[in-house]
Amino acid sequence: MTEYAVRAEAIRKRYGDTYALDGFDLAVRTGTVHGLLGPNGAGKTTAVRALATLLKLDGGRATVAGVDVSRDPRGVRSLIGLTGQYAAVDEILTGRQNLEMFGRLFHLGGRRAALRAGELLERFDLVEAADKGVGGYSGGMRRRLDLAASMILAPRVLFLDEPTTGLDPRGRGEVWDAVRSLVANGTTVLLTTQYLDEADKLASHITLIDQGRAIADDTPAELKNTVGGDLIEVVVYESRELPAAAQVLARVASAPPGTDPETRRVHAPVADRVAALTEVARELRDRGIAVEDIGLRRPSLDDVFLRLTGRRTEAAPAPEKTEVAA
Amino acid sequence: MSAQIGLTPQGDHGRAYWAVADCWNLVRRSLTHYRRQPVYILWMLGFPVVSVLLYGYVFGSAMKVPGGGDYREFLMPGMFAMTMAFGFINTAVAFVTDSSKGVNDRFRSMPMAPSAVVTGRGVGDMITACAELAILALTALLIGWRADAGLPAALTAFGLLLLLRFSLIWVGVWLGLLVPGPEQAGNLFAVAFPLTMISSVFVAPSLMPDWLGAVAAWNPVSATVTATRELFGNPVANGGSWPEEHALLLSVAWPAAITLVFVPLAVRRFQRLSR
Repeated sequence: MTEYAVRAEAIRKRYGDTYALDGFDLAVRTGTVHGLLGPNGAGKTTAVRALATLLKLDGGRATVAGVDVSRDPRGVRSLIGLTGQYAAVDEILTGRQNLEMFGRLFHLGGRRAALRAGELLERFDLVEAADKGVGGYSGGMRRRLDLAASMILAPRVLFLDEPTTGLDPRGRGEVWDAVRSLVANGTTVLLTTQYLDEADKLASHITLIDQGRAIADDTPAELKNTVGGDLIEVVVYESRELPAAAQVLARVASAPPGTDPETRRVHAPVADRVAALTEVARELRDRGIAVEDIGLRRPSLDDVFLRLTGRRTEAAPAPEKTEVAA
Repeated sequence: MSAQIGLTPQGDHGRAYWAVADCWNLVRRSLTHYRRQPVYILWMLGFPVVSVLLYGYVFGSAMKVPGGGDYREFLMPGMFAMTMAFGFINTAVAFVTDSSKGVNDRFRSMPMAPSAVVTGRGVGDMITACAELAILALTALLIGWRADAGLPAALTAFGLLLLLRFSLIWVGVWLGLLVPGPEQAGNLFAVAFPLTMISSVFVAPSLMPDWLGAVAAWNPVSATVTATRELFGNPVANGGSWPEEHALLLSVAWPAAITLVFVPLAVRRFQRLSR
């Protein structure tokens, strides 16, 4: 077995004058969950679609389970599973009929397709709903059926493109449990998500992507360390007092503070948590700056992204869905 | 956990075998849809029956066929052809529904024959078309329509109707790849309805204003309608224009031309999904 289940070397994908992927690199270790994070339009979906052989590359080289994506797409297809942004199942058929159809299309033959469908329905806790139309399934159930369909051939690599978008917390929990059990069975997962906490919970390794390039690649913990420890965060009552509050934070911070006028928030990484908190609180009171909230928090991946790019992950203009249609 | 089943695909067949097998699996899917949605079958039965009654008896009572003959005899081949002509919308809607739900992407990420996505749809739609024609013909027989020119001619006529439907599958697939969502595909009715009405389906072109009559006579649907009227031995109301005189030729030439144009267009659109 190869050390890396997915490798991308300087892959490029062009749409008109813009590069959706502009020399993107990726290395996913076999048997891990690897998170791919970035704002909308950063190239996450394009990367997944290219690696899953749905898009032809304009440059670079990529292998999945050791098979070249451009030279042998058919070979790749028998080694992967793909769960896209929508639950890609037939809503008129029952859950069982869906899995049997996909099983036959994976060339298992009718008998084995039926056996495999039964096995997967059990594993994804869909036995009760197995013979009901998918149109009546909940969002979480549809996603689980979608995952089951991706698992029919027990793929070496599973691509999950925003698997929990649009699900309620319960549905998300269901999908997370399913993903964890897949990895326990030896599947490598490449996961894209808009939810930073999701990558934090599931992924052992994360690649941050921005404007078609990988801008960071590390464990979630290491990425957070690049921010420089914990953060102190102050919310002021009047946004005109933000500069003054930032000055106060700068005295204790290990890096220049960031401000967000919209939420009247100023924050900065600190080394000595408690000393910084007491000093900032006293200094704010002495200067007469009215404070709505003050506290310490662990850095989120959003902070990492802000630090690396100067932008927040949500603040992206072009929705990535347009790439799908292109 | 799956060791007892064995998940290696059956590998001892060639590509051609799988192209056919995968196509058949998707045809089975279309047929299962009917089994799962009996209401749809009711609709399929009901629409032609209601249409025949509506056009045949409500409008038909005021209709005269130029050159004589019973209007309902004149109308039935028109109804057959109109049903075939509207079929491309079903193809387009089904295709774009799969695309917008990501089902086509799933198919394309699987080691199946990519062509089956299109051929499976096409074969399924042709089976549906045969069922629609059978229901329509039975309804027609019940209200007194007869094919008077013998069985071989009647079978040829049904063949021509299916040929029209076949050519429009490719228009449907192309449109299904072109329009953004199922709603827009449904709106195609607004285009299809006048396109089908400006033909000899309901009224002989010779009764229309000259310019409109010319458009109607050259309509590909008219070619099939006029040719099948002849083959069924029904009133033709031939106005003597060139396309009406050569309806049999055009009823083959038009579908052939549509197929020749739209197969490459649809294939190119399909391949563009990878771009």
